[in-house]
Amino acid sequence: MATAILVLAEQLRGEIADITFEMLGAGRKLASASGVPLYAALLGSEAAPLAARLGLADKVFVADQPQLNLAPAHTIAVALKAILDQAQVGLVLIGGTNGSIGIGSFLSAKTGLPLVNFGRAAKLEAGAVVVTSQLFGGKILSDVKLADGRGIVSIYPGAFPVEAGKSEGTPSVEKVDVAIEAPKVSFKQYLEPEKGDVDITKQSVLVGVGRGMQTQDNVQLAEDLARILGGAVCASRPVIDQGWLPLSRQVGKSGMTVKPRVYLALGISGAPEHWEGMQNSQCIIAVNTDPKAPIFDGAHYGVVGDVLELLPILIDKVKARKG
Amino acid sequence: MNLYVLLKMVPDTVEELNVATDGKSLDSEFLRFKLDDPDEHALEQALLLKEKHGGKVTVVALDAPEVDEVLFTALAKGADRAVKILVNQSGLGTVAAARVLADYFASASDKITSDTLVLPGSQAIDDLEGELAPSLAAALNLPFVGVVSGVTLAKEQAVVTKEFAGGLRGEFEVALPAVLGIQSAEKPPRYVPVAKVRAVMKSAKIETVDHTPPDRLIRLELDRMYKPEAAGRAQMLEGAPEGIADKLVEVLANNSVI
Ligand SMILES: Cc1cc2nc3c(=O)[nH]c(=O)nc-3n(C[C@H](O)[C@H](O)[C@H](O)COP(=O)(O)OP(=O)(O)OC[C@H]3O[C@@H](n4cnc5c(N)ncnc54)[C@H](O)[C@@H]3O)c2cc1C
Ligand SMILES: Nc1ncnc2c1ncn2[C@@H]1O[C@H](COP(=O)(O)O)[C@@H](O)[C@H]1O
Repeated sequence: MATAILVLAEQLRGEIADITFEMLGAGRKLASASGVPLYAALLGSEAAPLAARLGLADKVFVADQPQLNLAPAHTIAVALKAILDQAQVGLVLIGGTNGSIGIGSFLSAKTGLPLVNFGRAAKLEAGAVVVTSQLFGGKILSDVKLADGRGIVSIYPGAFPVEAGKSEGTPSVEKVDVAIEAPKVSFKQYLEPEKGDVDITKQSVLVGVGRGMQTQDNVQLAEDLARILGGAVCASRPVIDQGWLPLSRQVGKSGMTVKPRVYLALGISGAPEHWEGMQNSQCIIAVNTDPKAPIFDGAHYGVVGDVLELLPILIDKVKARKG
Repeated sequence: MNLYVLLKMVPDTVEELNVATDGKSLDSEFLRFKLDDPDEHALEQALLLKEKHGGKVTVVALDAPEVDEVLFTALAKGADRAVKILVNQSGLGTVAAARVLADYFASASDKITSDTLVLPGSQAIDDLEGELAPSLAAALNLPFVGVVSGVTLAKEQAVVTKEFAGGLRGEFEVALPAVLGIQSAEKPPRYVPVAKVRAVMKSAKIETVDHTPPDRLIRLELDRMYKPEAAGRAQMLEGAPEGIADKLVEVLANNSVI
């Protein structure tokens, strides 16, 4: 690998997002191993003051232009392409987040660089970068080789440690000015999270329900357990999408990030988009009929079994224990 | 409105997935296919828009196992046309699939008009080479928004809700025509009785379009595919349900929740 590595710094509402530090840490390792510089790109007029937080980068390219604030994926790709042309970049790291979705595809179309999605590990191998991607909801891994280390990699949030991307150092800053056409997509306003009846981020016990609960009526069983444990019910996306519980109860990539003392994952497969939102729970207990469900790889305790059979028994036993 | 929904068949992950002997693809022997989740929502969103604003819903799929049933189901739910593009999908990456669909939208009968909305699902579980929606938007030179969970139409534009994180969403205005990657519809996808699907199978037709596969199927060099090692595996609680429940009560007590 003979060219630089560029991290697209992601920010939301004036804060650098954790994914940025994850990518900087991962990028720094690859850059050091191959002796190339690590750059970051910071886009938007509100973002410029955040450059100082990206000390792990050798240089931060700042495009301090209001048209880049909450700009559509296509416009961000135009800006990145301008930086790539100027700075001899071969490898680009972009967050695999909702906010960044599509940027890599547009950049790939503009540059011809191949794009690898769902990246969760990367290593150097004889000049090539080998990226490990996680597919099929975490059930399959796939190694992809980027010859000469050239390509675009979308990084899964939670794949790399955040702390490794932080540094006290002060990066050098280079201002760039990008020619931007009037975009056909414009940001209007934020829609704040619905305030639910309960705030699941503040619960010490959460009973998480997934598609394995099978019907809306069965969710009542989980409600019963949550009540006697003094917690609340939350859910994976399919449960919310079916309208079984309100949006305020969704945990995961688009939903809430929760860190309860105990998280029960009932009939939840453990797809990365769900895992992202509850991985830092102190104790994770998973119940699933599928012994190969990915949730068992991260949970502390696992039960292979039918949650609908187990729940009534568990509720009775908890009641008995509490007296 | 001229509404197009793109339907992709993906392996059902409820079944066990195995890697084929070539070490680079899934073993097809026991694979069962189903419609990708977000596509169910894209179809629902299109049907809701048609009910409100009128127009036509066309569902488009590349040939795949079990796809006919999915196309007939879409017709039974209210889609007006179903189109199957006859192209071999094995080894076809996202960029090449976008190329095939872009060619389809260049054909005389299905040209993009000023009131066209193309609605792919936001992201499939196997999109190693990026998402199709932005690749297609790039190929057609149309605006794109992804992770969309709500669409309303006003004059010459769509107002869409995009999900960020932590329940935060944003509202965007998008000039038409456009490509929107749908994550969820405003309402749960409707149900259609099997009897109705059967009736549609007898009365309706799936249109077919021929297509030669693109020269280059995928831009990535796939080294190998494999199952993750069970790292840091959970401590499994075994026994009959009664015994398991007793152990769970202990775990809950040890974590001071009871
Ligand atoms: C951009 C994007 C954003 C997303 N955001 C989120 C998000 O915020 N939150 C989220 O959760 N997902 C999100 N997803 C979806 C995610 O990819 C998964 O589809 C989802 O998490 C799966 O939910 P699930 O585990 O309930 O369902 P499934 O994956 O279908 O799993 C159901 C599980 O139940 C088990 N089961 C079945 N019957 C029983 C039974 N009787 N007893 C016990 N177990 C049983 C099955 O073995 C299976 O493992 C997002 C996806 C995308 C693409
Ligand atoms: N081979 C395909 N055939 C039909 N539609 C597709 C295909 N690939 C992708 N799509 C559409 O694009 C969406 C995103 O898929 P993906 O690019 O795999 O993330 C899917 O939900 C479909 O709507």
